Amino acid sequence: MEAIVDFALLAGLAAWAVAIVRLRSLFGAAMLFGIYSLHCALIFVVLDAVDVAFTEAAVGAGISTVLILGTLAITGIKLEVRHTRALIPLLITGTIGAALIYASVDMPLVGDPNAPANLHIVPDYIEGSATEIGIPNVVTSVLASYRGYDTLGEVTVIFTAGVGVLCLLGRGKPKRSRKPRG
Amino acid sequence: MEHHIVLRVVAKLLIPVILLFALYVQFHGDYGPGGGFQAGVIFGAGLILYALIFGLQTIKKVVTPSFVHYMSGVGLLLYAGVGVISLFKGGNYLDYSFLSADPVHGQHLGILLIELGVGITVAFVMVSLFYAFAGYRQADLKVPPDTGHEATEKARDAVLEREPQ
Repeated sequence: MEAIVDFALLAGLAAWAVAIVRLRSLFGAAMLFGIYSLHCALIFVVLDAVDVAFTEAAVGAGISTVLILGTLAITGIKLEVRHTRALIPLLITGTIGAALIYASVDMPLVGDPNAPANLHIVPDYIEGSATEIGIPNVVTSVLASYRGYDTLGEVTVIFTAGVGVLCLLGRGKPKRSRKPRG
Repeated sequence: MEHHIVLRVVAKLLIPVILLFALYVQFHGDYGPGGGFQAGVIFGAGLILYALIFGLQTIKKVVTPSFVHYMSGVGLLLYAGVGVISLFKGGNYLDYSFLSADPVHGQHLGILLIELGVGITVAFVMVSLFYAFAGYRQADLKVPPDTGHEATEKARDAVLEREPQ
C-alpha cells in the first residue's frame, strides 16, 4: 500500500514537471509551480519530514508563487518561443540523470539505522536531546542548539538575500536632501 | 479587489487564524513540528495575503516598510546577541547552557530566543521581498502596457532593459 502511494506521488510530480516544461503560458506555469511545491510537501509528509513539508507548502506554494506573479506583472506574461536543437543539453541531462540513478542503487534505505550517517553522531543527538536539552523535538534541538552556528549562518543568508533584493529593486526613490554623514 | 466579496470575507476570517497558527508553530516548535523558519514564513504569508486582498497601500499603513526593514535586522541581531550573552556568561558562543543556572533551562531559554530571532527575520524578509516586488510598478518605469502589438513590444523591451530610475 505504501509503495503504491509513493509511486503515485512520484509519478504525479513527474507529470507536473512535464506539464510545466510544455506549457507556453508563463502565468499557467507559475500556478503549476505552486501545485508542484504542494505536491513536494505531500512527499515530505510521507517521508515523515513534517518540518520540511511546512516550509515547502508555505514558501514554495505560497510566497514564491506570489513573487513569481509579481515578477510577471513587471516583465509581461509572454514567452518568446525559440526553435533550437537541444541535443547537447539533452545529452548532459540524460548522462547526469543516469549517473544519479546508478548512484542511488548504492544508497542506504531511508531511515536505515545502520546507515553510516545514522551511526556517527546521530545517536548522541537523539539521546542528548532528551537529557542535555530536554526537548522532545529532536529536529529543533539539532537545528537550534547542536547546529546553532549553521542556523545562524542560514538566517544571515536570508537577511543578506533580502538586502540584496532591496538593493536591486530599490526601496523607492533615494532622498536627495540627505547629506552623507561626515 | 473591491468586488471580490467572497475573497475579502474569507480572507478576513482566515488571516487572524493564520497569524495565530504562525505563533503556535513558533512557540510550540520545541514539542511538535515547526520552529522559527516555518513560523516566519507562515506569518509572512498571512501578511502578504492581507496585502493581496486589501492592497499594498492599506498594509503599508500598519506594517510600514521602514518597520519591515528594521525588523529583518532585529531578528538576526537577537540570534547573534544570544551568542554574545553566552560568551559573557562564560561559555562558548551560542552555548545556551550558560544562559541560566540550570543548563537544561538555559538550553530552553536559548532555543526560545534564537527561534524567535529566526522567525522575526524570516517573516519580515519575506514581507520586504513582497514589498520590493509589488512596489516595483510598471508605472514607475513608464513601461507601455502589454497590448500584444509588435511596436509596443519593442518599446517595452527598450524600457525594461534600461536601468530602473
